Amino acid sequence: MNTIGKITIAGMLILAIVPPVLLLSGQAFYMDLATRLVILGIGAVSLNLILGFGGMVSFGHAAFIGLGAYAVGIPAYHATYGEFEMVASYNGLLHIALAVGFSALFALITGAISLRTKGVYFIMITMAFGQMAYYFFLSLDIYGGDDGLTIDVRSELPLINLDSPMQLYGLSYVSLAVAMYLVHRMVNSRFGMVLQGTKGNVERMATLGYNTYYYQLLAYVISGAMCGYAGFLLGNFTTFISPDMMHWTRSGELMFMVILGGASTALGPILGSSLFILLEEILSSFTIYWHLPFGLLLILVVLFIRGGIMGLFKNMGGSSK
Amino acid sequence: MNTLLQISGLKKQFGGVIATDDVNLEVTKGELHAIIGPNGAGKTTLISQLSGAVRPDSGTITFKGSNITNRPAHARAQLGITRSFQITSLIMSMSVLDNVALAVQAHDGHSFKLFKPARKITHLRKNALQFLQQVGLENRADDPASALSHGEHRQLELAVALASSAEMMMLDEPMAGLGPEESATMINFLKTLKGQKTILLIEHDMDAVFALADRISVLVYGKIIATGKPDEIRFNDDVRHAYLGEE
Repeated sequence: MNTIGKITIAGMLILAIVPPVLLLSGQAFYMDLATRLVILGIGAVSLNLILGFGGMVSFGHAAFIGLGAYAVGIPAYHATYGEFEMVASYNGLLHIALAVGFSALFALITGAISLRTKGVYFIMITMAFGQMAYYFFLSLDIYGGDDGLTIDVRSELPLINLDSPMQLYGLSYVSLAVAMYLVHRMVNSRFGMVLQGTKGNVERMATLGYNTYYYQLLAYVISGAMCGYAGFLLGNFTTFISPDMMHWTRSGELMFMVILGGASTALGPILGSSLFILLEEILSSFTIYWHLPFGLLLILVVLFIRGGIMGLFKNMGGSSK
Repeated sequence: MNTLLQISGLKKQFGGVIATDDVNLEVTKGELHAIIGPNGAGKTTLISQLSGAVRPDSGTITFKGSNITNRPAHARAQLGITRSFQITSLIMSMSVLDNVALAVQAHDGHSFKLFKPARKITHLRKNALQFLQQVGLENRADDPASALSHGEHRQLELAVALASSAEMMMLDEPMAGLGPEESATMINFLKTLKGQKTILLIEHDMDAVFALADRISVLVYGKIIATGKPDEIRFNDDVRHAYLGEE
C-alpha cells in the first residue's frame, strides 16, 4: 500500500477510536465535535466526487444538506403536531428515502440546467439554485421560516437508537466509511475515468466519442443524493434545522473543506472537515472575529500548499496516486 | 470512386475574417489526403468544423452517406471520424496508458459502469498498450502525460487517435515542433498507416506531404485553389503563385 493509502487508513482509525474513548471518559463535548465533523465530512466527500474528480465547482451543495435535514424535520413535525397525515412519520428509513430521493431529484433538475454552462457560470448558477432552496424554506412559515424548526423526536431506525450519542456517531462513521468507499470505487471505474477525463479535457473527450454531459449529470445526481443523506444525519444530530443550513456561505464552507484537505483524494475532505471544525472551535474560543485568522489561513493554504493537506503528505511521501 | 467524406459549400466567418470560403472537397476511402496552405489559411478551422468543435455558417458535411453537419462532436466520433490536435490536447493529469485506454473504452460499450475498477479491465489495458507499442511509447505507459516531452506528446496524440479505432483520422500537424529525426520517424510511421486508414493530413512539412499524400488540396484564404496528385500540385501555376511563392 502506498503512503497515501496508509495515511487514509490511519486517519479513519483515529476517527474510529478517539471520539468514543473521549465520550466514555466523560468528554461528551468532543464527541459532539467529532459527530459534526464526520457528518460534514460525508458532505465534503460527496462534493469531492464532482469538484475534485469531476471538475464541477458546485457552489450550492449546502442545499442538499438542508433538503436532507428537512426530510427529517417535516415528517417529524407532522407526526407531532398533526396535519399532512400522508408524510407524518418518525420512521427513519422513510426519512432517508425522502432525503436521498428529493436531493437526487433536485440535483437532476438543477444539474441538467447548470451543466449546460461552464466555468464561472456553472459556479454562479449552482449558487443561485442553492439560494433558491434557501429562500424557499425561508418563506415556509409553517416550518418556522427563518426561525427554523426544532425536531422533537429523532428518526426511529431499526436496531439503532439515534438518541444515543455513541450510536449516532457509529452510524455517521460507518456512513462516512461507506461513502468514501463508494466514491473510491466510482472514481476508479470506467465511469470515473470518463469523469476525470472530462475534468482534464472536455474537448478531447468529445473527440473520443463521449457525450460528457450525461456522465457529469449522473455524477452530480449521485453527489447530491449522498449529500442529502448527510443532511439526514445532521438533522438528527442538531435536532434543529433552519434555512441557514442551506445558505451559500455553508456551501462555501463545504468547498473550503474539500480544498483545504485536498481535492480528488479519498481522505482529503475528511482532513478538511476535521481541520475546519477544530479550527473553528479553537479560534472562536479566542475571539468572536475568528473568521479573520481563519480566512487568512485558507489563503495561505491555497497559495502555498498545492493540493491541500493531502498534497503536503504526497510531497513528503514521495510516492504519487 | 468510394467517397467517405464529402464537403460541399462549407462556409465559416469569424467577424470580418472568412475562414472557410465555399469549400468543396471529397475524401476517398483509404486515401491519404493532405491539406496544405500558408499560415492562417483556415486549415485548422476546417478540421474543427469536420470534427464538430466549430459549427459552419452554411454548407454540408457528409460522412459515410449521412449528413453530419449538425451532429455534435461525440456523435461524429462514434460514427468513426476522429482528429488529433495541432496544439497537444491530452489529459495531462492522467497516465499515458490511461489516455489511450480512454480512447479504447469509448468504443467498448457504454461507460456507465460505476463499480468495477477500470484499470483492472485487461482487454482495455492490453489494447491500449498495443497502440502505445505502435508509436513506440510503451515504456512510458505509467508516467503521467504531463511528464512527456513535446515529441512524445505528438506520438501520444497519434496513439490516442489510432486507439479510437476511427475509420477516418484527421491529423492536425502531427509533425509540428518535431526535430528532423523525430519527423522522419513520424513520416515512416504514417506510411505504415497508409491504406489501413483514411487520413486527412494537415501539415507544413512539405517533404512529409509530398512523400505521403495520395492527393493534395491547397487552401488559401479559406478557399481551395487546387486539388490533385502531388505532381500536379507541384507544377500547378496557381499554387506556385499563391503558396510556394515565385522564385
